[in-house]
Amino acid sequence: MHTFQFTRPGDIDEAIAATAPATTTPTGTVIRIIAGGTTLIDLMKLNVEQPDTLVDINHLPLAQIEVLPEGGLKLGALVRNSDLAHHAAVQRDYPVLSQALLSGASAQLRNKATTSGNLLQRTRCIYFRDTAMPCNKREPETGCPAINGVNRMMAILGTSEHCIASNPSDMNVALTALEATIHIQNAQGVRSVPINEFYLLPGDTPQRETVLEPGDLITHVTLPAPVNGNKSLYLKLRDRASYEFALASAAVIAKTEDNRLTHVRIALGGVGARPWRSLKAEQVLTGTTLGETNFRKAAEAALQGARPQSQNGFKVELAKRCLTHALRLVTQTT
Amino acid sequence: MSDEKNKNQAGGTDTGFGYTSRRTFLTRLGSVGLLATTAPIAKVVPAAETETAAETPVPTKPETTLPITLRINCQEHQLQVDPRTTLLDCLRENLHLTGTKKGCDHGQCGACTVHINGRRVNSCLCLAVMHDHDEITTIEGIGQPGDLHPMQSAFVTCDGYQCGYCTSGQIMSAVALLNEPCGPNDADVKEFMSGNICRCGAYSNIVAAIQPVRQKPSSSVAPRPRD
Repeated sequence: MHTFQFTRPGDIDEAIAATAPATTTPTGTVIRIIAGGTTLIDLMKLNVEQPDTLVDINHLPLAQIEVLPEGGLKLGALVRNSDLAHHAAVQRDYPVLSQALLSGASAQLRNKATTSGNLLQRTRCIYFRDTAMPCNKREPETGCPAINGVNRMMAILGTSEHCIASNPSDMNVALTALEATIHIQNAQGVRSVPINEFYLLPGDTPQRETVLEPGDLITHVTLPAPVNGNKSLYLKLRDRASYEFALASAAVIAKTEDNRLTHVRIALGGVGARPWRSLKAEQVLTGTTLGETNFRKAAEAALQGARPQSQNGFKVELAKRCLTHALRLVTQTT
Repeated sequence: MSDEKNKNQAGGTDTGFGYTSRRTFLTRLGSVGLLATTAPIAKVVPAAETETAAETPVPTKPETTLPITLRINCQEHQLQVDPRTTLLDCLRENLHLTGTKKGCDHGQCGACTVHINGRRVNSCLCLAVMHDHDEITTIEGIGQPGDLHPMQSAFVTCDGYQCGYCTSGQIMSAVALLNEPCGPNDADVKEFMSGNICRCGAYSNIVAAIQPVRQKPSSSVAPRPRD
């Protein structure tokens, strides 16, 4: 690990000022914000991240969960994943989020990881994590050895010829289905970005993963008020029963009236270069009667255009079955 | 065990009363060995080369350290640490509290589990400089020989370990679990303990040790001050 300057700003304005001089050139951003550190310190030990300065934001007043007056929830950037998962309002009104968080990582990691940190979790691609290997995400224009290499855990949706890295987070998939909004502050002021616009597809710039710029600080995430009478759940399929990333996962929110789906939101995990909202599947399902045929049609729509890698062709069918099973579970009345 | 009465502050073993532990014996052997090999090498360097070396000083990187105060098992420690130092390395190398183990060093095995402000975390992914004035509890603070925490006793009674390497992390995790909303069944305990890996496979006995302790009202997670 290379050494670094360590600073602990006293307030949000100081934190923003401390990060503003950073660059996003291919040589790497030299200033990093550290919250829980469960991704950043891991990558610093691998020299994948080599910040010159760490800005410790853990003492900023961003760790609250608040019910909003118009309904909905405000989640501070520094709320620990475990606190978020076990919060009464989250479990009652947004169970998909609680389930997604509890399906991820381990208890120790959930106690340290934060809302904003989890939003910015990096890919588990073995080439990204190994500085001896080329990687377009880590060092642009060096190549992507995952294509035709070890790629079982990588994405089949949203990839490009430059990068097939998957986003490994569970929380992000739930927040995507919940249509969360991410609130960012910088020296110019504040702005809100819907989560569907927050993540960038790799394209020919896989080193850019989100819309964040140097000097931006995520302050909180907001969730809209839950639709009355809806149910939600997170289904995660993986090689081990716990403490393992998804091969395929589905976050589903659904409201049923007279055996018809009147409101449905779907996002997939484990298969996308970013958390994968599926508007096509939602369109196929809205207003239709419950049942296997329609669930399967939605799954086919969701995976349309999927491009499996050399080692993960199975993910196409697995993701379809994951979604149909999730829809079955979330709409069953018993 | 005979080295119990000779335990020093850091949990190592004093060699009073003519008693030497295996650890101190090997440490001394290593030091003596080092002295034995360096002396002859120093003699071999020709005089001319030595003079040249003295004229061109070797540039050294400035050692940057930061002052921190760590509160561990109810004791304060003032330290100067390189900012890269993880809490795990600080505990083991700087403070000689070697009960906490390094397994993977990447937050994947749980052997390094400690409590910070009452919550279990992987100390290998914590930077020491970020935990100034936090309340840290290690396995040394959970209980002592003769005054074991109920969880430690349960691990002994239920044979919840084989080689013992993951055990301190397992116990720290299990003690923290007592204060977490874990469901009542063995399956719930397994899920909540999934961040602690045991290569020996002592899992079933670990679960068997944890479950009865959860029923006891007297089990506490508070660190006990060291004497």
